[in-house]
Amino acid sequence: MEEFLQHIINGISLGSIYGLVALGYTMVYGILKLINFAHGDIYMLGAFFGFYFAGWLGLAHSPSLVTLIIILSLAMAAAAIVGATIERLAYRPLRKMPRLNLLITAIGVSLFLENGGQILFGADPKFFPELIQRRVLFTLGNISISNYQIIVISVSLGLMVVLQHIIFRTKVGKAMQAVSFSHENASLMGINTDRIIAFTFILGSALAAAGGVLVGLSYPRIDPMMGLLFGLKAFVAAVLGGIGSIPGAIVGALIMGLSEEMVVGYLASTYRDALAFFLLIVILIIRPTGIFGQKTAEKV
Amino acid sequence: MFKRSRSFLKQIGLFIAICAVLLAGNSTIPTLLNPYIFMILIYCGVNIIMGVSLNVINGLCGEFSMGHAGFMAIGAYVSAFFSFYTFGPFIDELTATHPGMTMMLTKQILFLAAIVLGGISAAIVGYIVGLPSLRLRGDYLGIVTLGFGEIIRVVILNLEVVGGARGFAGIPAWSNFFWVFFFVIAAVMTSFRMLKSYQGRALLAIREDEIAAESIGINITAYKVKAFIYGAFFAGTAGALLGHFIAYLNPATFTFIKSFEAIIIVVLGGMGSVTGAIVAAIITTILPEALRPLQEFTKIDFRMVIYPLLLLTLMLTRPQGLFGHKEYYDVIPFLKRKKRA
Repeated sequence: MEEFLQHIINGISLGSIYGLVALGYTMVYGILKLINFAHGDIYMLGAFFGFYFAGWLGLAHSPSLVTLIIILSLAMAAAAIVGATIERLAYRPLRKMPRLNLLITAIGVSLFLENGGQILFGADPKFFPELIQRRVLFTLGNISISNYQIIVISVSLGLMVVLQHIIFRTKVGKAMQAVSFSHENASLMGINTDRIIAFTFILGSALAAAGGVLVGLSYPRIDPMMGLLFGLKAFVAAVLGGIGSIPGAIVGALIMGLSEEMVVGYLASTYRDALAFFLLIVILIIRPTGIFGQKTAEKV
Repeated sequence: MFKRSRSFLKQIGLFIAICAVLLAGNSTIPTLLNPYIFMILIYCGVNIIMGVSLNVINGLCGEFSMGHAGFMAIGAYVSAFFSFYTFGPFIDELTATHPGMTMMLTKQILFLAAIVLGGISAAIVGYIVGLPSLRLRGDYLGIVTLGFGEIIRVVILNLEVVGGARGFAGIPAWSNFFWVFFFVIAAVMTSFRMLKSYQGRALLAIREDEIAAESIGINITAYKVKAFIYGAFFAGTAGALLGHFIAYLNPATFTFIKSFEAIIIVVLGGMGSVTGAIVAAIITTILPEALRPLQEFTKIDFRMVIYPLLLLTLMLTRPQGLFGHKEYYDVIPFLKRKKRA
């Protein structure tokens, strides 16, 4: 029972990181109908930005809450710039093209970032600095909760609340909803669709980078290929919850994190990667639009 | 009827002629080329089979499959299993008792059997994977097929009988020029035949508009599944040939990156164009090798950065792919007149 609780806590912590990355996928998919394969690599870049900023600013050896906040926001800002650049250079020129082309471009960008990262950062794993001291907050029998888990969960939760506010309470967010409903109609209403799409990428990339830094914090080995499978699983989480739906992405990510933790805990860790896809297939066959997805009528 | 059977006989004649040429090539080409170039040639062949078979699913039928590596893995592992555990020892025994022509012939027949077994098991899996395509469309299908591919890989990773994560070593190296290009020709010829047949036209109709296709009486369910079975069969043979060429298999070869490579071949060549898939397969195989001298010059391996950059440039400048919807007979002027309606 104690072990089970421990797995639940670890699972929620992992799931909330999945959630941060899944949100970017779901937003971009909602607005462009594009599986942005490069998103997982933005998450990887976020972790590396955190690593290098900590090194350059000399903060790698002075762990404190301020350090964490500085590094987190710098990494998010840098990743947002990268995300906007990718959108501008690679995706915008292709917007009128068939969707498969856009997808191939996304795969191309992803390969470029991964292989470029291997040259730039080196293929060997780096060790993420301890940005804040690790403390065990309280133990209950064999269950231990560290401040890392609390930080991961609360940062993710905080960012999700901010995102929810941006999308549903601000003008930009309303414009995003309008663009995802219909590009043409939105632009007829005087919305600058290009700017809104760029903003979506900025938001998504910043969230992914936050995920990257948090992963670096909890599992300190980072390498240029880390975004590949993680990104894919985050996307699966988004599909699981119903793509285009923000609560769906979060719920999907939590399911993903929890079930992965359970498989590692009670079955074999080698089956971890298969589980994500098994869940996905089961859910899509039962409910093709995902848990929170809405059925859309097809026009003939 | 008469006309149709004559055309059929012509194709059979062509096939036999090609087989003869391949047999001649089999004894001369490996001696003419150095082993490195020969290896690239074989990889080209394997990638052509991979590209042409995916072209039927993705290009012709428009079903977005991202699990081609999974089908390849099934074909590779099943055939390797048979030739390692059953056919290989049998041939070893035969070499001891009946060396010479009998052994050579039996070996070739058993190798063919292993490839076909691999292909058939991949086709069965293709059928199972094709079934969700009845319910799912577009990206969702893509993600599910990708998921199937990854599940297949993880299952193989956990199968100790085929080496698990260590990889499957000691597969008899039976692949040769003849068999690789025999299956290349088989895949290419069946694809071209399909293109001009009722089957291919039905697939094209489904790609263009599913509802319209259904309304004119095309059984879209059956055709989609057929496309998956066909594609999976040849992907399986490609995997089988690859495994018997390098005599070693590792689950890490068949990650979704491999599926992406296949998709890149199809899109690069032009959706649905068989010629395009062939040309793109050759380009994507040769390009990383051709860029190899650059590595000696810069001391850093820039190849894998240049490759995606070229891909991006191509997508930005020529989004319909190299050939678009065209085939070789649309491009070469003197063949244009012979184009059948």
